[in-house]
Amino acid sequence: MRLQFIASEVAQGLRRNLSMVVSIILVTFVSLAFVGAAALLRQQVDSLKGQWYDLVEVTVDLCPRGSLEATCATGEATDATIADVRNTIDTELGHAVSAVYFESKEQRFDDFMADHQDGVFEGTQLTADDMQAAFRLQLNDPEKFEVVSNVLTGRDGVENVWDQRAVFQPLFTALNRGSLLAAGLAVVMLTTAALLISTTIRLSAVSRRRETGIMKLVGASNTVIQLPFLLEGVIAAVTGALLAAGGLWLAVRYVITDWLAQSVSFVSYVNTGNVVGLLPLLVGIAAALALVSSVVSLSRHTRV
Amino acid sequence: MIKFENVTKVFQRGARPALDHVTVDIARGEFVFLVGASGSGKSTFLRLALREERPNAGTIFVAGRNLQRLSSWKIPTFRRTIGMVFQDFRLLPQKTVYENVAFALQVIGKKRHAIKSTVPEVLELVGLEGKEKRRPHELSGGEQQRVAIARAFVNRPSILLCDEPTGNLDPTTSMGIMRLLERINRTGTTVVMATHDEEIVNEMRKRVVELSDGRVIRDDAAGTYEAREHILPEQGDVEADVASDLAEIKTRGDLEGVVSGPAGMDNNGHGTTASQAAPVRLRATRQQELRFAASRGERG
Repeated sequence: MRLQFIASEVAQGLRRNLSMVVSIILVTFVSLAFVGAAALLRQQVDSLKGQWYDLVEVTVDLCPRGSLEATCATGEATDATIADVRNTIDTELGHAVSAVYFESKEQRFDDFMADHQDGVFEGTQLTADDMQAAFRLQLNDPEKFEVVSNVLTGRDGVENVWDQRAVFQPLFTALNRGSLLAAGLAVVMLTTAALLISTTIRLSAVSRRRETGIMKLVGASNTVIQLPFLLEGVIAAVTGALLAAGGLWLAVRYVITDWLAQSVSFVSYVNTGNVVGLLPLLVGIAAALALVSSVVSLSRHTRV
Repeated sequence: MIKFENVTKVFQRGARPALDHVTVDIARGEFVFLVGASGSGKSTFLRLALREERPNAGTIFVAGRNLQRLSSWKIPTFRRTIGMVFQDFRLLPQKTVYENVAFALQVIGKKRHAIKSTVPEVLELVGLEGKEKRRPHELSGGEQQRVAIARAFVNRPSILLCDEPTGNLDPTTSMGIMRLLERINRTGTTVVMATHDEEIVNEMRKRVVELSDGRVIRDDAAGTYEAREHILPEQGDVEADVASDLAEIKTRGDLEGVVSGPAGMDNNGHGTTASQAAPVRLRATRQQELRFAASRGERG
């Protein structure tokens, strides 16, 4: 009886406050779409990092002919120098480096030729002797670049130590900033949503003051009096969350999976599975938001 | 049933108290009128008894509970033992008569079959059988008040509090409502009614507690709206006149209890406080006494 009664009260409240309910739905929809977008961007960044950091290494360029670096004063790195560097890597950096590959000048020239088939770079015909040999280091923890760089930079025969991740840094920075921006907008929108929900619930409570007044008089419990209002807010907000998840699903499906992934296929993208994974988060945020803002406004308007 | 001990209620710090050291004891099954000018504290008294407000000082016992010690989550259960009726009926306009009464049971979680059997019973008690499907705006004021009384009484409370229930009704309709309240009172329900309706109070001859500026200034066992002296026009001594009228009326045999002598004023075993009225001489106007007698005769 009581459940049925509460359900009918909720339905009545939703009907009577339709325009406000719709506005709650829309505001939570937009704000949670931003929350979801921010989360998806983060996931994208993480997945790209995971994917690319496995591929990229630290490159230790060894001195080529005619380098102006102080460490290359003796000219091109000799086999002995190269062996020394290798020894340093094995002994001093054994804990940080998981794999070491040596790339000879010839190998690098082959790589170069693969990109520039005529072997001409900026108007100059290059040969293998224009290349420089290098060590490529795979690190246990890609974040430990500093350690490797400190040890190897300035050693004889080492011209330069590169963190290849730096190449991707601008992209990650852009994605991270996009995610922060979305999160910031989400916070603003969520605040709006919270205020709107509490206003709506207050209006709803005031417009049903007569009912709640009678309920109090005849001894209805706080739960019976307040639950319909709480549910009203929660239902509206959760509807907004579901719409947000639906919108994100469509965006990911048609913009990323069907278009971006087709045209730029060498990276892995977030997919609709990620959106489904976000659903509990979005619904949870919506429900919590609605509950908190309703409880705050109800505690002032329907107390026994 | 309702016991106020030295109760003081101040709404605004520094303001005159709405109730000032009020001590009243209402026994189970009593019918009590609460009279006094607007702002004398009648409504505050009822609100305190319903635990809508808390006193600043003093103790209130209602239906065996010390309201001071009643924790807030127990208030709903406590209120189920009390019915409340207002001057403005407070019905839900979009609900029918039946739904209005059933609402009171629904919200406290009564089973549907219990509601189905109880509501028609109480509607019959208040004389609204056949009007279950009407909405409040299709009813007369008196009928609306009957719905409100049905709603207050449907859960069989042991106390019925009425805040000027006849304030919006014409005298005839008011009389009907009073008869209904009397019937409810006869089922053992304690009825406390705040009112301005002089005629009704004088007619019913129930206990009267008069408040003035938050103090109890009179508590008569079978009192009238105003203390005796105030009824009279200040026009000299009419004693002899009245005495002869009384003699006349008495011969008709229907004046018993209508005009109280000094001795019959207070003592009827209800434990009321002593009347503050001075020893009363027979000074009622002829007209007034005749009217009481007549209306009594009508009803009898």
